[in-house]
Amino acid sequence: MQKLTKEQQDYQNFVKQKRPKPPLLKNILMAFIVGGLICVVGQVIMNFYISRGMSPKEAGAPTSATMVFLGAFLTGLGVYDKIGKRAGAGSIVPITGFANSIVSPAMEFKREGYVFGVAAKMFVVAGPVIVYGMCSAVVIGLIYYILKL
Amino acid sequence: MAGKKMGLQTIRFQNPPSIIATSSIVGPKEGQGPLKDYFDLILNDNMYKEKSWEKAERKILKEAVEMAIKNSNLPYSKIEYFIAGDLLNQIISAGFAARELGFPFFGIYGACSTAAEGLGLGAIIIDGGFADNLVVATSSHYCTAERQYRFPLELGNQSPPTAQWTVTGAGAAVISSRPQNPRITYVTTGKVIDMGETNPNDMGTAMAPAAVDTIVRHFNDTNRTPDDYDLIVTGDLASIGKDIAEELIKQKGFDVSNKYTDCGLMIFDPQQDVHAGGSGCACAAVVTFGYLYKEMMKGKYNRILLVATGALLSTTSTQQGETIPCIAHAVAIENL
Repeated sequence: MQKLTKEQQDYQNFVKQKRPKPPLLKNILMAFIVGGLICVVGQVIMNFYISRGMSPKEAGAPTSATMVFLGAFLTGLGVYDKIGKRAGAGSIVPITGFANSIVSPAMEFKREGYVFGVAAKMFVVAGPVIVYGMCSAVVIGLIYYILKL
Repeated sequence: MAGKKMGLQTIRFQNPPSIIATSSIVGPKEGQGPLKDYFDLILNDNMYKEKSWEKAERKILKEAVEMAIKNSNLPYSKIEYFIAGDLLNQIISAGFAARELGFPFFGIYGACSTAAEGLGLGAIIIDGGFADNLVVATSSHYCTAERQYRFPLELGNQSPPTAQWTVTGAGAAVISSRPQNPRITYVTTGKVIDMGETNPNDMGTAMAPAAVDTIVRHFNDTNRTPDDYDLIVTGDLASIGKDIAEELIKQKGFDVSNKYTDCGLMIFDPQQDVHAGGSGCACAAVVTFGYLYKEMMKGKYNRILLVATGALLSTTSTQQGETIPCIAHAVAIENL
């Protein structure tokens, strides 16, 4: 990144006060409520699987899969982006947001073909999350392993 | 000696070229805005019966050109040049529309300043005596711009209050040596100005200094003042950029407050959830060729200064942490 000149710095300071702040409190509240609701849905689904005879540990994987399906389905219907506009982090952080981040580019780039469009662009948003998620998991795992020795 | 040059960056035309016809096509959202009655065609959907948004964009660009020529009553054989540009990589909308139209073609890129850049270059060609009739046009499309510059449409992300909404639409104008109103009298070509803004979600702030530089240069070059104009209108600074520009112009000694507006604020109603306002090549184009042109024909405005603004960034430059270079071109349009 290049260094700003004095004139550029002055301008940046000048516009700092002009720039409207995002409605932080509203955004946090909406994220809390919608994120919480998504988790409630997840819990209901999990309880359903448990009621069908799975142990809580076994029910985890099918619950995640169902939530991913719901996220993908709502993306396909064109609903998830509308939820996300209001909920922000509340609908990005849960696993449904992860599904949305993969399905939305896959849908959008279908016109560029199944290889260079769908397959190549599918991870354009989620890719960094997967890469750094895996990397940090390995690092944490190593630390955990060493500490246990 | 360049006898038509005035001051440092301004051209005064000897025989001011005329804008003899215009056209404007907009998408459904723009068609619900405050200027809906001024547009020639409002699309029912963003796809416009095409297979992709890119195809839809080039189709509306082509149809805007055809509509402007039709409105001018000129036969196609009289159109000597086609000058156009858009936002997409390698200006494919313009190039592909030119393929269908078959006119000698100059492809230009000035980001959202393209409407004014095209008008200026077109007028130079006409007044220079290189042609008698030509068409300038530009287009943008919300969906093509989003996927090129930002995120997939269906991604559930939040945009900040400084973000702007790319106008879906296309505008075209036929410029001619035939003496009739309104005329293009002055063109002030902007310099690229970069005030260190890096946030691609805050274009108004990035582009305002470029608009200010060109407007002040125009006044100094021509010895005109804001009083000489009925309206000074920037392209797509939107709410934040417009406030900044107005204040900076005042600091330079010109008061434009009662006659200054911005196409990005005119085209949408604040209730339409477009954050700071409209943007895109089509923003300045459809407001100028739709609303302003028609009001000039009626005599509501007799002298306007169009200052279309453009941010000359790409996703690559943003990802590499570069600041945003911006430009603004001024075109004076008058009823003589």
